[in-house]
Amino acid sequence: MDLSFLSEIDWPEIGTASLDTLLMLGGSLLFTVLLGLPLGIVLFLTSRGQLLANAALNRALGVVVNVLRSIPFIILLIALMPVTEFITGTRIGLLGMIPPLVIGAAPFLARLVETALREVEHGVIEAAQAMGANTRQILCGVLLPESLGGLLAGITVTAITLVSYTAMAGLVGGGGLGDLSIRYGYYRYQTEIMMVTIVLLLVLVQILQMAGDKLVQHFGRK
Amino acid sequence: MMVLSLLPGNAHSLYPYHAPACKQHYLYLQLRRGNVIKRPPSHPSQGPSVIQLNQIHKSYRVDGRDIPALNGIDLSVAAGEIFGVIGHSGAGKSTLIRLINLLERPSAGRIHIDGSDITALDGAGLRTLRQQVGMIFQHFNLLGSKTVARNIAFPLEIAGGLSRAQIDARVDELLDLVGLAEHKHKYPSQLSGGQKQRVGIARALANRPKVLLCDEATSALDPQTTQSVLQLLAKINRELNLTIVLITHEMDVIRSICDRVAVIDGGKIVEMGPVTQVFLHPQHPTTQRFVSEAEHIDESVQQDAFAHVPGKIVRMTFIGETTYEGFLGNAAREFGIDFSILSGRIERIKETPCGQMLLAFTGDDAAVAAAFAQFRSRGIDIEELR
Repeated sequence: MDLSFLSEIDWPEIGTASLDTLLMLGGSLLFTVLLGLPLGIVLFLTSRGQLLANAALNRALGVVVNVLRSIPFIILLIALMPVTEFITGTRIGLLGMIPPLVIGAAPFLARLVETALREVEHGVIEAAQAMGANTRQILCGVLLPESLGGLLAGITVTAITLVSYTAMAGLVGGGGLGDLSIRYGYYRYQTEIMMVTIVLLLVLVQILQMAGDKLVQHFGRK
Repeated sequence: MMVLSLLPGNAHSLYPYHAPACKQHYLYLQLRRGNVIKRPPSHPSQGPSVIQLNQIHKSYRVDGRDIPALNGIDLSVAAGEIFGVIGHSGAGKSTLIRLINLLERPSAGRIHIDGSDITALDGAGLRTLRQQVGMIFQHFNLLGSKTVARNIAFPLEIAGGLSRAQIDARVDELLDLVGLAEHKHKYPSQLSGGQKQRVGIARALANRPKVLLCDEATSALDPQTTQSVLQLLAKINRELNLTIVLITHEMDVIRSICDRVAVIDGGKIVEMGPVTQVFLHPQHPTTQRFVSEAEHIDESVQQDAFAHVPGKIVRMTFIGETTYEGFLGNAAREFGIDFSILSGRIERIKETPCGQMLLAFTGDDAAVAAAFAQFRSRGIDIEELR
């Protein structure tokens, strides 16, 4: 097999792109969890028959989540530019990528969080109520620990979705492996670079999935 | 009508009880249908009532219509007793028990616990009440993400006010009480059903409640495990003098450990009294069905089967130590009469020995009557069936 093409590849550029992808992923995942987890919890708690049942708030949040989830990310990225500028001071680059990534992924995670919480048996919540637990104690002592496996699985799926969203960063000069593969592989017909970036992305997704599975196994229901 | 006398020296002695003679029996039932058949309390000497329900009504709103679940429940549970509520599914028993810790709120009526009205409690007051009322469940409802020890510690953490060391000490105490010390660090999924319910019991007792509510606590267990869990509940009742309210659809559960029982049907209590009385002399059709299911007897079939048997057929019921006495042989010798046993059972209701037999007596009418008078004077209940 002829591996000579490997020497023609600009490895430092691939290194930079890999780092950019990891930075975008790490930064956006952090804020996605910070935003999506509470949103999912509120969606669950305000739903019918739950501890803080509130039909109006639940419906309003549901609409917002559904609207954000139905917009294709590439359009969201452009549409959100003024918002991005307001938050980060720039519309472009790595920093310009984070707000749209978070706003695109947080509603997705929120739905996964809501589903995971719904998996907790109602009887267990009722048992805690019968012990005299308040809502905070039920959330921290019952809901979150009991659904930890589902929550971690949801975060894993969200992280992988974020990896594919980062591929669109090229549009705002955000960099990363996806951008590299489009620029060199698609526009310049440098298939080798595309192959390398695809392999790297594949490895990244594989690592994320395996790490996620391990965490779910370790912290999930015994 | 007959009156059973008190049996001295027996903790579960009988109270005067009126049973109609057989022929009027069914008429009597017809008349009483729909009314509560009340009997004297089993522990008149015990303390004041811990739980009191007055005219409780509960209805659920379904599709804009009110569906009644409970219709005017009056109930009083004495301190230290084990009170059973039996009913078929849909009778309202589950709603009834969940009212006591306000997991359900009554649509009308008042609930008192330890003399104070809890009906309007909310917020912190409600949470404090719930810490004083333990509850165990049919499906155990343990936290799968926590070990046995952490499950038991959870209500203590909720209540607050104890140090980590105090909580650990209390958890060990409770583990010993329910016999699970060696399973301390296991997770619920590693335990059997009976062990899970023991964890449930330990958890419910953690905050030293005044009352323990058991919501079909043994319905998911096999018969053997059921008995061991019931014996644990009886032990806790004895040793901690804890008041227990349990609901079930199994007469065996009532017979094993309850002092008093209420039979609930269609959202109403149709019969209530000491278990020995309700069990041996069921009045309401629902109660009779429960008893005959538990005993696997069908009286109408039985009576047809004995149509050809000569003599006077009676049902004798004995409670307490007379159960083991040789009164039948004595009477046969003394009055020159003869008897044959058609069917019968000797058993224990909680700790009270009791028996019920269908007998045919043959001999001189006067002698048979004299023998019956003697039985009655010794506290044996006789219903003349034919």
